[in-house]
Amino acid sequence: MLEIKNLSYVTPEGKKILDDINLCVDDKFVAITGPNGSGKSTLAKVIAGIIMPTEGRIIMDGTDITDMSITERARSGITFAFQQPVRFKGITVHDMISIAAGREVNCEEACKYLSEVGLCAMEYVSREINDSLSGGELKRIEIAMAFARSTKLTIFDEPEAGIDLWSFQSLIKVFERMNSQVGGNIMIISHQERILSFAQKIILLSAGKVEAYGTQEEIMPGIFTDNRECKCAAEVL
Amino acid sequence: MSELKISKEQQDMLSKISVMANDLSGAFSLRVDGNPYAKGSSSNVKITAKTDLPGIDIRVKSGTKGEKIHIPVILTQSGVKDLVYNDFYIGDDCDVTIVAGCGIHNCGGEESAHDGIHSFHIGKNSRVFYSEKHYGEGTGGKNIMNPTTIVEISDGGCMEMDTVQIQGVDRTIRTTKGKLGKNAVLKITERIMTDGDQYAETRFDVTLDGEDSGTHVISRSVARDNSKQLYVSQVDGNSRCSGHTECDAIIMDNASVSAVPKINANSTDASLIHEAAIGKIAGEQLIKLMTLGLTEKEAEDRIINGFIS
Repeated sequence: MLEIKNLSYVTPEGKKILDDINLCVDDKFVAITGPNGSGKSTLAKVIAGIIMPTEGRIIMDGTDITDMSITERARSGITFAFQQPVRFKGITVHDMISIAAGREVNCEEACKYLSEVGLCAMEYVSREINDSLSGGELKRIEIAMAFARSTKLTIFDEPEAGIDLWSFQSLIKVFERMNSQVGGNIMIISHQERILSFAQKIILLSAGKVEAYGTQEEIMPGIFTDNRECKCAAEVL
Repeated sequence: MSELKISKEQQDMLSKISVMANDLSGAFSLRVDGNPYAKGSSSNVKITAKTDLPGIDIRVKSGTKGEKIHIPVILTQSGVKDLVYNDFYIGDDCDVTIVAGCGIHNCGGEESAHDGIHSFHIGKNSRVFYSEKHYGEGTGGKNIMNPTTIVEISDGGCMEMDTVQIQGVDRTIRTTKGKLGKNAVLKITERIMTDGDQYAETRFDVTLDGEDSGTHVISRSVARDNSKQLYVSQVDGNSRCSGHTECDAIIMDNASVSAVPKINANSTDASLIHEAAIGKIAGEQLIKLMTLGLTEKEAEDRIINGFIS
């Protein structure tokens, strides 16, 4: 179970990105949604330890992880899949899957993880994670790494961002499978109704605050009927 | 082949440059402490000592396929200054692998140096894979290596050169010159790591004379501590040809790296590209690996090892 207590983050320039977030997350598949700039990615990075909060605590399974480093959090069972997967010259897909698994995985096992995300395993396993891979391919490899880690909590930051419609359709299937196959909890930042539709709970962030947190039935109607247009523009008109 | 009588230390040094003592069969030449030590020929590959200069001539018969030729050099005595000229004459329609390399173990107080000048004459439609590894160790004097590789590739020929210097060479000037005929290809992959006060200079000079000739030069390096590196490349495109050079360097601590690329197109059909990138390890790369459970130091080592693997 992940507990977030009075969590705030203010940038060094003084901009408040997260504002007194309080959450208790214990469902298998939770989606975080909200408009651009609402603090979704920042919240995910704070949970993963990439950004340190300016206030508040983060408790995972009863342990306060707020002061833990990125590495310590990873080792305690948090996985963070980047919105923009990182490229590495000279490190292969197989290498990364081994690093993710925390042990040397054999080729057959590495291929199994790649097949899970719809990649032709033999075509990819020896390739470097470099510019020769497309954004969609990198996203899938990032998800394969999350499969290989299979930790208590996996956070995906907009896995659908920057991929084409065809890849998105197959990505949805991957997440549907992941929902049923991965043992730990999944938090997924997304704007996509298809992804939100299989979340057990949805967190709606707005201007750095939790605007709503509840089941699909409770949250979805509000998301798609609310008028979230720019109020400044309305005032000018 | 009769068993080579070399010391354990010399065997270890050979293994550091990717040559096992028991691999030295068929066509090979082993040079130890500035002198020819042992050599052997095969039915297709003749190795003979030069009569006018230190070094050997390696002649590969046309049509030779799948043969491996080893020509390692090891220096284990401090203060040895070795200069050697090795000339390779590869016939037409060959496909051979040549494994060279130099290892210096220097525990004395004097400077040890090896200057190897390798000239390749590659026949028509022949393929050569050439691997060389340079390694130094010891707590005494400086280890100096200045390898020069001169390559002439006839029509339809191809040479792939893989050159590595990862450790223990205090000063090096590495020169590679290529001259390519019609449809000839030269691919070079270089990996270098320097630390301490080491200095490494690389000079590539490729002339694309033949129509549809091409070269692809990749240099990846890591400079740590107070070490310095200089990368100079020049590609001349004199006909319809393609050339691509790429210099990627990771810089750390107080090191410095300079890249000086030059591409000269002397034909409207020449297509030449140079890319150079020098910078520290990207923060996002470290963070990604740390989110997978590595410490910052482990992540740094993993990135560097991958980069120059």
